[in-house]
Formats: sequence, structure tokens, C-alpha cells
Amino acid sequence: MRKIYLDNAATTRVRPEVAEVMMTHLVEKYGNPSSVHSFGREARVAVEEARGQVAALIGAKPEEIIFTSGGTEADNLALKGVARANRSKGNHIITTRIEHHAILHTAEALEKEGLEVTYLPVDQYGLVDPEEVRRSIKASTILISVMAANNEVGTVQPIREIGVIAREKGVYFHTDAVQAVGNIPIDVNADHIDLLSLSGHKIYGPKGVGVLYIRRGTRIQPIVHGGAHERNKRAGTENVPGIVGLSKAAELARIELKEHMDYLKGLRDRLISGLLSIEDVQLNGHPERRLPGNVNVSVRYVEGEAMLLSLDLKGIAASSGSACTSGSLEPSHVLLAMGIPHEVAHGSLRFSLGKFNTQEDVDYVLEVLPEIVQRLRSMSPFAAAR
Amino acid sequence: MYSEKVMDHFMNPRNVGELDTANAVAEVGNPVCGDVMKMYLEIKDGRIRDIRFKTFGCGAAIATSSMVTEMVKGKTIDEALAITNRAVAEALGGLPGNKLHCSNLAADAVHKAIHEYLLKLKEEEKQAV
Repeated sequence: MRKIYLDNAATTRVRPEVAEVMMTHLVEKYGNPSSVHSFGREARVAVEEARGQVAALIGAKPEEIIFTSGGTEADNLALKGVARANRSKGNHIITTRIEHHAILHTAEALEKEGLEVTYLPVDQYGLVDPEEVRRSIKASTILISVMAANNEVGTVQPIREIGVIAREKGVYFHTDAVQAVGNIPIDVNADHIDLLSLSGHKIYGPKGVGVLYIRRGTRIQPIVHGGAHERNKRAGTENVPGIVGLSKAAELARIELKEHMDYLKGLRDRLISGLLSIEDVQLNGHPERRLPGNVNVSVRYVEGEAMLLSLDLKGIAASSGSACTSGSLEPSHVLLAMGIPHEVAHGSLRFSLGKFNTQEDVDYVLEVLPEIVQRLRSMSPFAAAR
Repeated sequence: MYSEKVMDHFMNPRNVGELDTANAVAEVGNPVCGDVMKMYLEIKDGRIRDIRFKTFGCGAAIATSSMVTEMVKGKTIDEALAITNRAVAEALGGLPGNKLHCSNLAADAVHKAIHEYLLKLKEEEKQAV
């Protein structure tokens, strides 16, 4: 059976070039970068080169790149590290209702430590209003954290405008750019970003490695204690195979960005227009300010997991914001924050395109999905009631 | 995640649709929660002669709806009332833990239809007297 992977926002396939450099660092150059001998030195060189490659992707300096175990750890370090290091300045953090759980649950944990957190609303497209950010800043505000692009609906946030406001008010600005990096241009200086999280496995690199960019001079405390690794900001022997893999992925992402964006947008727009030609299907997220590979629709009168199971039986891998797939009784917090009714959120489907997808993949989805929808609607008590 | 039997009932649901001859109809669940089951029963001489369902919900919701129709068809009202949600899940070879609460309402839907039928019957008898 044909197998089509359309869940690239969950994780991506590792590029062959990436796997190749990783293999070298697993079986040949396996030294510990902290060791003084030749094995250690060649590993150290690789890690520092990687720092440079990742820095180049986001317009940072190499010494501002801290390797972590992934996007979640980077988000934890940004929020907890800044909150704890700046208690004398204030205890207020501003974030949004549509952040990834790596941010939201970290913010909730900080509330238990006595921090005050403002969760900004979004509009029907999932957009944060920069003026709302400005109005929420108080004398005690130490950090603003707004994601660069949303993982579920793909809405690209006005981070530059928010960055300008943060800089003007003297508040640190963090952005979770896990979905954005490699898919849209990001420049930490032009966008006035002080801290940025990114992840290897969303850009055709390996799982288990990520980065927190920390602008020079930012007051931050480590959350993982141990040796003097990563400029005393993140202890633990460097995940060298992961880091060199991320480095290669970052290098290719930087070189191919424009071409990659154009390619994905072509597939995305073809898929969106095909899906919208099915009766009672609506697009979730912003029509234009949208990640190049993100497609999110709600199919009325049917439930998301039932569609995912049916698609899976046809070899198509996608995801949904329905309660059944969120692991809770509530559907996606992002869709609800956008004001989408529960029953419509339950019928959401996300297809996230990647560089290994083709037009044939898109056309295959458009060929099989209408039958699936029709079958499920024929069973639905709502479709009949129309 | 789902057993083969669940997938079979999900892909090839038994007794799906509406029933013109139904004299007992009930709906359980809530679109806000993501599961709504509607049962159509034809009851005659205290026995379920025919049954159909329509369900909005996940794979487990559809499979349990289908399964319960097979389990109660031809049974007496008392026999049908003795079938629990848990028995339906067991007949399907089990359900994932998180599905046992939210999507396992099919027996409730049948019971609700029967109770409403019995209530209606009582009203009619009262009026006849």
C-alpha cells in the first residue's frame, strides 16, 4: 500500500546528508568534547562548527547558541531561566493562549512558584495583537513569550512588531520558533528577539536535540546543573551526533529556504483549494499569514479521529485537534482560543507538508478524503438533520 | 491502539442508518464532548425486532454503537437492559483506557430508548383507562 506522510509538523524524516554526518560521529568521531585528547578535540571542533551553522540560520553569533535536548527543554530554560534570574526586577510574564504545551505548562509551573502570567487571547485566525502585548506590559514584566508560528493552524505571528515593543519597554522577548525555523525567514536582530527555541527534528534533523538562542547579556539561570558545559548554561555531555545532525540540517535549511518555501506553498495551496471544494469544509488559521507547509481544516458533522483512522487505512498519516487525539476530553486549546466551536474543533484535520511530499501525494489525499467524509457523514446524526 | 474487532466494526458498521418503523428513539452524548449516538429501535411484544444507529464520534464511538446493535437485536427488553457499556467494550475485545469513559455510551443509548418507550407505553395505558 502507498504510504504518505503528511505529519511533518509532528516530526520530519531525517535527510540522508544528516544521517551520514551523524553516523560518523557515532562510530568514528565519538570523543567527548570536554576531553583534552585528539578524540575529544575533534568532537569539540564539530560542536563549535555546529554552533556556527545554527547561528547563521537565525542571524545570531555562535556564542549565543546553547544546545539542549530539544524544543521543550529550550522553552523550559527560556521561561524558568529568565524568571528565576530576574526576580529582583519583576515577576510578570506575558504569553499567549495558543502556545505549545512546552510553554503553557512551564508557565503554569512558574505560577506555582509565585510568578504572575498573562495569557493573551488571539483573533479568529489565531493572530496575537501586538498592541495587546503593549497594553499588558507592567513595571513588573520581565519576559514576553510569543511563538513565531503556531504548530496546529500555522498562523505566523507578528513577532517583529512584538520584538520592537519589547525592546522599547526593556522587556526580554522569547519566541518558540520550533515550527518557524527553516520554514520562514527569522533573524534575531531584525526581529528583536532575545531568546529563541528551535528543534532539530522539525527541520529534517534528529530528535533529542534543540537550541536555545540567548542574546548576549541576557540574565538567565540554568535549569540543568552539572559540569561547565554550554557556557555554564546547560550541563551535560554534548549530544555530539545530534548536534552535528542539527548543524547539517540547519545549513541545508538556510541554503534552501526560499526554494523550500515556494515548493511547500505550491503543495499547500493545491491541497487547501481541493479540500475547500468538499462541502462544509472550512479553513482554520490565517489565509495568508500561514506556514508554507500547514493545512488545517474542519470537516463539519464528522469527528477527527474517525477521519484519521480512515486515512491511516489508506496509508495517509495526518493529525487532528479533536479531543480523542489530544489525550484529554477537550479539543485543541488553539482552535478553542480562536473561537471555533467545540463540535467544529472535533472535526479538525491537520496535514503538514514537508520537502519529501509531492503533488501526487496531495492529489491522492484529494482523491480518497471525499469518500471517507461521505462515509462518516452517512453515519452522522448531524449530517441528516441539515 | 484499537483491537481488530473494533476496526472491523468501525469500517463495516452493522445496522447503521435510520429506521422508519422505529417506535423508540433516543440520543445520548453531546457534540461539545465529541460524541453523539442516536438509536432507533423497533420494539414489539417486549422484544427488539430491529435497530439502527447514527453516530458522530471517534472510532470507538462508532464501533461500540455498531456492536451494541448486534448484541441487542432480537433480545427482550429485559435482556437488553442487562447489557452494560462495559459488556459492549468487552465484546469488542476491549477499548483503550481513555475511551472507556468518553466514547463508550452505546448501551446507555439503547437503555434510554427503551426507558422512553416504556414511559410512553405507560402514558398510553393511563389514557386508555
